[in-house]
Amino acid sequence: MFLVIGSNMAEAHPVASTFLKNAVLKGAKLIVIDPRKHRLVDFADVHLQLKVGSDIALLNALMYVLIDENLYDKEFVSSCCVGFEELKEKVLAYPPERVVDICGIDAEKIRDTARFLASVKPLMLCYTLGITEHTCGKNNVMSTANLQMLLGNMGVECGGVNPLRGQNNVQGACDMGALPNVYPGYQAVTNPDACAKFETAWNVEGMSKKVGLMIPQMMDGLVDGSVRGFYIFGENLANTEPDMNKVAHELSSAEFIVCQDIFQTETTRFAHVVLPAAAWSENDGTFTNSERRVSRVRTASTPPGIAKPNWWIFKEIARRFGHDWPSASAQEIWDNEVSVLAPNFAGIKYHRVEKDGLQWPCTDEQHPGTCYLHHGGQFTCGLGQFRPVDWTPPAEVPDEDYPLVLSTGRRLYHYHTRTQTGRCGGLNDLLGEETADISLQDASRLNIENGEIIRLISRRGEVNVRAKVTPEVSEGMVWMAFHFNDANANWLTNAAFDPDTLTAEYKACAVRIEKLSN
Amino acid sequence: MNDETITINGNECRFEKGQTILEVAEENNIYIPTLCYLKGATPTGTCRICVVEIEGYRRLETSCTTPAEAGMVVLTESPKVVASRKETLELMLASGNHNCAIGFNRGEDWTSVQLKTQEADDAGELCPAWGDCRLQELAYHYQVDGSKYAKRDVKYPMETVNPLIVRDFSRCILCGRCVQACNEIQVNRAINFGYRGADTKIVAGADVPLKDSACVFCGECIQACPVGALVEKKARYTWRPWEVNKIRTTCPYCGVGCQLWLHEKNGRIVKVTGVEDGAPNKGRLCVKGRFGYDFIYSEDRLKTPLIKKNGQFQEASWDEALDLVANKFKEIIKQDGPDALAGVSCARSINEDSYQMQKLFRAVFKTNNIDHCART
Repeated sequence: MFLVIGSNMAEAHPVASTFLKNAVLKGAKLIVIDPRKHRLVDFADVHLQLKVGSDIALLNALMYVLIDENLYDKEFVSSCCVGFEELKEKVLAYPPERVVDICGIDAEKIRDTARFLASVKPLMLCYTLGITEHTCGKNNVMSTANLQMLLGNMGVECGGVNPLRGQNNVQGACDMGALPNVYPGYQAVTNPDACAKFETAWNVEGMSKKVGLMIPQMMDGLVDGSVRGFYIFGENLANTEPDMNKVAHELSSAEFIVCQDIFQTETTRFAHVVLPAAAWSENDGTFTNSERRVSRVRTASTPPGIAKPNWWIFKEIARRFGHDWPSASAQEIWDNEVSVLAPNFAGIKYHRVEKDGLQWPCTDEQHPGTCYLHHGGQFTCGLGQFRPVDWTPPAEVPDEDYPLVLSTGRRLYHYHTRTQTGRCGGLNDLLGEETADISLQDASRLNIENGEIIRLISRRGEVNVRAKVTPEVSEGMVWMAFHFNDANANWLTNAAFDPDTLTAEYKACAVRIEKLSN
Repeated sequence: MNDETITINGNECRFEKGQTILEVAEENNIYIPTLCYLKGATPTGTCRICVVEIEGYRRLETSCTTPAEAGMVVLTESPKVVASRKETLELMLASGNHNCAIGFNRGEDWTSVQLKTQEADDAGELCPAWGDCRLQELAYHYQVDGSKYAKRDVKYPMETVNPLIVRDFSRCILCGRCVQACNEIQVNRAINFGYRGADTKIVAGADVPLKDSACVFCGECIQACPVGALVEKKARYTWRPWEVNKIRTTCPYCGVGCQLWLHEKNGRIVKVTGVEDGAPNKGRLCVKGRFGYDFIYSEDRLKTPLIKKNGQFQEASWDEALDLVANKFKEIIKQDGPDALAGVSCARSINEDSYQMQKLFRAVFKTNNIDHCART
């Protein structure tokens, strides 16, 4: 059985969704929790079409029923978990009847779904950015883990909490320590032993033990002058961050911006120096996918002009600071540095990932890799800790002036800001412009026809965009993507962040629709 | 485990209950040719290429659909079987524009077939699947030259109105692999068999062009097509199998990490297919993975470092650009300390690039101000 929550898998991770659909055809059960009736819902046994941003209330109510009706996995909870009493106390404050108005879902449907969830094992839970891109994103993730622990679905094949990673190598960029708090392999920068280990390996002294800044803090720093030099590698922040007017102000405030990319983008406009990089098929290297599988990337063509591999550019800058880095290829970087310094990748060497790759943890060269984590209910920290959380509404909710909720995401035919897919033959023909997806009810109330250009306004900006009237979205909701500059959802989105992760609330802000003509 | 055996071409072969004759043969390295059989989908027995002779059976049976039964004595290349396969191939070759020079009698008929086909193709080339065609392979193998029956007229015109997939009904042998790829593998349910009898056609929806149907252009049907009926528009006539190298790599789009074959000709990617049996995608791709490769050849690519002077970007050498970056960063560190620098790494690029960038910030600049879009 599958529980897919906050994931438009059929468009954002199409190939993963094919395996899920295969399983459904063979009799597996599928529950979809999503504010939209997206394509996967056609295959679902149950669709809980909750209101945007009400996930925790719903998950707590499901757990209420599991505990109230004694349906949870008592053996797993008592032998592998701690904090059950606290969880119980918290979720018992969320009887289904209490959350009906918050979630917009019938209490009896919640009860039936909880019973259904408890009836099949194992249950694989998949989530994507519908869970994380909220001001309560971290708590949303905690809730999904609470549910899976309560159901005893952790540490088994086809179980667990599975985030489908948005980018091809977002897992890898985390693994490599492109994060302000950890070195490669998740070793904390605040740990003096880890710092000393990396100082020795890199032959330097005096590295910082202070956790660094996250992207939104960096952007703030550009405005207040505390960040004077900003190095942007392969990101189009001008169009991907929430509230594009605010982002433009931040980037234009910067003293010195270096952009390293394969194309001019909306962001390179703000750069002082632009460095041309080799692209995907012009490099040897590795990507790490959502299942922690390290796979090879191989060279098939040469970079244009004098564009260079990214790793070479970083090495050359280091050399200008008097640091002579020995590794002179991606393979040398991985085999001689990454896999030596990060115990979880110790067994992964290029010669072992020629074909299907290896899933970390892979701790020595005989290790076969790890298909799923927490085997037998053994969690990284020992026992699994329930982390009960309360529901909190989005930072901006609809009101009289802005009566609709705007939620955002990706569409099948393009990827992010189209720097790549916009330059591939055929894809623009399949999807050439953005639309605002609105419900039949709102369209009829506002007298809007399918295909009509409307104006969408939030407190931060406005866009003119073609309306797509569709049963996919429910009344009171508008849905858009951020692929096109003109009608980019991020002119409207709210730069409100989860307090811990500083992930922006791309999934919820308040908007209103203005009709442009009669 | 079931101890029962069948005999194939004189070899005793063990089988497990439920296995087909074809599966047992494959396990024992006995070759039975197939055409419509698509791994991972329900066998249909449509094409009748995989027929075998079974002792005591009055007719030839399709090995992909016939379950092995204890004591069966099977012949996979008996004269009867070979004659049947030849007949099947002759009928297929007569069914459309199969202009692949498999050796028709080279008279006027041959020339007129070629001319007619090339007119229909709007091209001066042989079939776009030449050298990459299962039907052609089998015709060579069984020495069938397509001259036994008169060529039938093509009923349905080629569909070229979408940007990615050319549907050439003149070369379709109705094997149904595309239908299975769409309905059973990718489960997009866009195409199926339509009409009946001699009018049978693979249709999208109520026989509309693909772009107006439920098709999501994953191209799984192209990968499944054993002939030249479904071809990538971008790749059509740009390559032949003997001209390309196949390079395995990982898709640059979402976090699934599909394994791709890049078909490279003279340093240029001409086509992308999925790595059959490769983890994690088992050969499957989506529209971006299969068709989203040619951005690398865009004229818009950055080709040289650029330095902004008086509000305009000017081309620069690597030394000029990197010296400028290093000197500016040194000045900032000297004046305000390393934490006055910050960097954003790239979740699209390779691991080794992110490793290098965080190393640059930590070991060289001495700040942990390094992040990427990890949480979005």
